[in-house]
Amino acid sequence: MFEPDFTATKSTGQMNDEMLSSLHTPTWRWYGLALFLAAVVAWGLSAFSYQVCTDMSCTGLDRPVMWGIYIINFVFWIGLSHSGTMVSAILRLSQANWRRPILRAAEAMTVFTVAVGGLFPIIHLGRNWVFFYLIPYPNQRGLWPNFRSPLLWDAMAITTYIIGSSLFLYLGMLPDLAVARDRSRDWRLKLYTVLAMGWRGTAREWVVYHQASTLMAALIIPVAVSVHSIVAWDFAVTVVPGWHSTIFPPYFVIGAIHSGVAAVITLMIIIRKAFHLEKYLTPLHFDNMGKLQLVIALLWSYAYFVDVQTTWYAHEPIEWEVFGFMANRYTIILLLMLLGNSILPIIVLCFKRLRRSIPVMLAVTLLINMGMFIERFLIIVPSLSHKNMPFVWGTYSPSWVELSVTAAAFAGFALMYTIFAKIFPMVAVSDVHEYESQKALLPLGRTRVPSLVGKE
Amino acid sequence: MEKITSPYKWGMVIDLDRCTGCAACVVACQAENNVAICAKKEIKEGRNMHWLRIERFWVGEYPDVRVRFLPVLCQHCHDAPCEPVCPVYASYHNPDGLNGQVYNRCVGTRYCGNNCPYAVRVFNFYDHEHAWPKPLDNQLSPDITVRSRGVMEKCTFCIQRIRRAKEEAKGEGRLIRDNEVQPACAQTCPSEALVFGNMADPSSRAARLARSPRRFRLLEHLGTHPSVYYLKGGGREHV
Repeated sequence: MFEPDFTATKSTGQMNDEMLSSLHTPTWRWYGLALFLAAVVAWGLSAFSYQVCTDMSCTGLDRPVMWGIYIINFVFWIGLSHSGTMVSAILRLSQANWRRPILRAAEAMTVFTVAVGGLFPIIHLGRNWVFFYLIPYPNQRGLWPNFRSPLLWDAMAITTYIIGSSLFLYLGMLPDLAVARDRSRDWRLKLYTVLAMGWRGTAREWVVYHQASTLMAALIIPVAVSVHSIVAWDFAVTVVPGWHSTIFPPYFVIGAIHSGVAAVITLMIIIRKAFHLEKYLTPLHFDNMGKLQLVIALLWSYAYFVDVQTTWYAHEPIEWEVFGFMANRYTIILLLMLLGNSILPIIVLCFKRLRRSIPVMLAVTLLINMGMFIERFLIIVPSLSHKNMPFVWGTYSPSWVELSVTAAAFAGFALMYTIFAKIFPMVAVSDVHEYESQKALLPLGRTRVPSLVGKE
Repeated sequence: MEKITSPYKWGMVIDLDRCTGCAACVVACQAENNVAICAKKEIKEGRNMHWLRIERFWVGEYPDVRVRFLPVLCQHCHDAPCEPVCPVYASYHNPDGLNGQVYNRCVGTRYCGNNCPYAVRVFNFYDHEHAWPKPLDNQLSPDITVRSRGVMEKCTFCIQRIRRAKEEAKGEGRLIRDNEVQPACAQTCPSEALVFGNMADPSSRAARLARSPRRFRLLEHLGTHPSVYYLKGGGREHV
């Protein structure tokens, strides 16, 4: 098995330099990219302000289809957020050593995707300016939000997840911030000094740190599972045909991990290229992530099959109508979804050579996320288009405002990530070091043995 | 906390044999409830604001084509799907068995609209504050708000009339008599297809009609327990 052996020739200092290379002064290309992304975000913001200042008629929503691409975006982004923290937590708990260089990228992805996703329920409100009615704040009239509503559960779950995953990211970054602090000047020095909270790397600090991060990892997994179950309940607890299905919570969680793992791989490829981290993000990592992706793709296909199968056996007329409508009107994107989410990844990821090929992985993971976006569309729109009363059947297509806001969401995520990568260490420096020191040989009686814990 | 009970359970019976599809109820509802007058564009987009609609179905093959009408308004379900999903209690159940809607509490999640199997909730996609061209604005009822944009609205069985009747009855120390209060649609219906009344009073006209063997309720299998009963045509079909 391939092992990333970079200690042989490199000192700690050199490694730190390489891994922190992303923190160097931005080049004009970085500024160009940031400017472009900021421009897209600005365009989306102006489209959104247009919607707020005029009215909701500028969206493509209509009587039967009251939820559109905003909610699709919401589910998609919350789904993306899933793997970062979850993958990182599971890998941390299972002591998989290959996780170390990808931790940070995955955890940061979670925080930013939740941030983007969490905005959509507010964007889609008819009266965005009174969104605070959903917050249980004490008021004179004794008005409370309705705790029976899944939207309120959403608000609670997402807030918890945002706080939890930010803490998880920050906690993991603490020793790295100290490394960065010791190697920087000017405003960066000030920033890292505050953020590193006086980390010195004493033995006691490390003990506490390890306990805390293991605890956080164990705690964040149930939160992650619950968040997407709750997003699924938004649909599953309704009486809308096609939504009212008990498979939805596990199905959504699997779907979320599916898109999330794919996004982590995509980001790994981009980061690897952008910051020249070829030595730290090796084909081994892509191989392992590819295996994970393969398992999830199989699970997702199974869950999807069960969902369709249940409807087939029940053969309730209105549910069958919804499925028929979906298959007829959206045939092409339905096939694209099945290809991108299930057929292609399952075939491609079976082969080690393809798993280790970066371009192939890039294509497959991008296709998976396209497929997952389509999947959310196909869950939300056809069900609402053909509800129980045939007299008010309708269709939906997003308007330019909704598309602009969607574009801005993608750009906004990329922008936050770009800025984050310039300010904070993108590779978990201390985790890599820890691995190195564990690999070092320790004296045991007369012989010396590797002190490595965990498996490749 | 004291449990709030009410001697009233408002309900409606719609005799499909009597309905001629004239849509007088639709107009009456619009006039009574400050329902916005929509521009041509809005109607074309399917964003009309009618709280009550007449569904028209063609039955049979040419030349033996018949038409059936189905007036659909809020069914005031006793287990309403719209109520639990509203995160801010804008959609609530009142002790009289009505599905109320608090317009100034609504934040516009439109979740209730999605979850209503009858699709009778209408959303203010447009700003309708000035939807009444001049002299029509004089007709606006002072008893109800003109709903702002971004708010869900719906049939309330003309709750303002019920309130008024309740106050009058309370002043005289009695309960509301049968037929004393009617929503605008029932009052206007020329063929008396729509009958409104207190279902908790077994002798009310509506309650008696609701015991008819011809009765059915819309999408009964969903278990929403609507307060609106339909009487199906007894084999006789109208043109």
